[in-house]
Amino acid sequence: MPMAAADIEALIRAALPDATIEIRDLRGDGDHYAASVVSAAFAGMPKVRQHQMVYKALGGRMGGELHALQLTTAAPQGVK
Amino acid sequence: MSDASQRIDALVKNNDVVLFMKGTALFPQCGFSSRAVAILDHLGTPYETVDVLADQEIRQGIKAYSDWPTIPQLYIKGEFVGGSDIMMEMFENGELQGLLAPQA
Repeated sequence: MPMAAADIEALIRAALPDATIEIRDLRGDGDHYAASVVSAAFAGMPKVRQHQMVYKALGGRMGGELHALQLTTAAPQGVK
Repeated sequence: MSDASQRIDALVKNNDVVLFMKGTALFPQCGFSSRAVAILDHLGTPYETVDVLADQEIRQGIKAYSDWPTIPQLYIKGEFVGGSDIMMEMFENGELQGLLAPQA
């Protein structure tokens, strides 16, 4: 079941209001996305926890509805 | 602990490097698993794989065990490292090599 990029962004935005979010539809099929999420909430947090926060924001869709999401997360530059 | 999580626990603790994946190292069944295998092969590190497609209990159990919704999942020395995106990032910045180094 494909998901729209705008829906993915809205879910992440709701959990991380400060985030800079970029979503790319890798194949144009609404099923393979790359997302880059930059948020101050990630500062000092291991990558695993950062990704878990995004997955939690997606509310269980990851791995089901949303099969393929290449995820990159980071804190804004200069924020440790 | 459920039967599945006990089995997962044993796999994680008895293997230095273990990759839960779709398919086998020779025949990965998904692009993300394939990428994870390629990284480990490139590093030349010995590793075990567990094919979650061959075991539904593990396939569901590992998601709860790691609190991680997708496969593949890499464990090094009993610690959950992450999925293929994290592996790629840690490979590119050298962190993965550090984790795999003896006496790291």
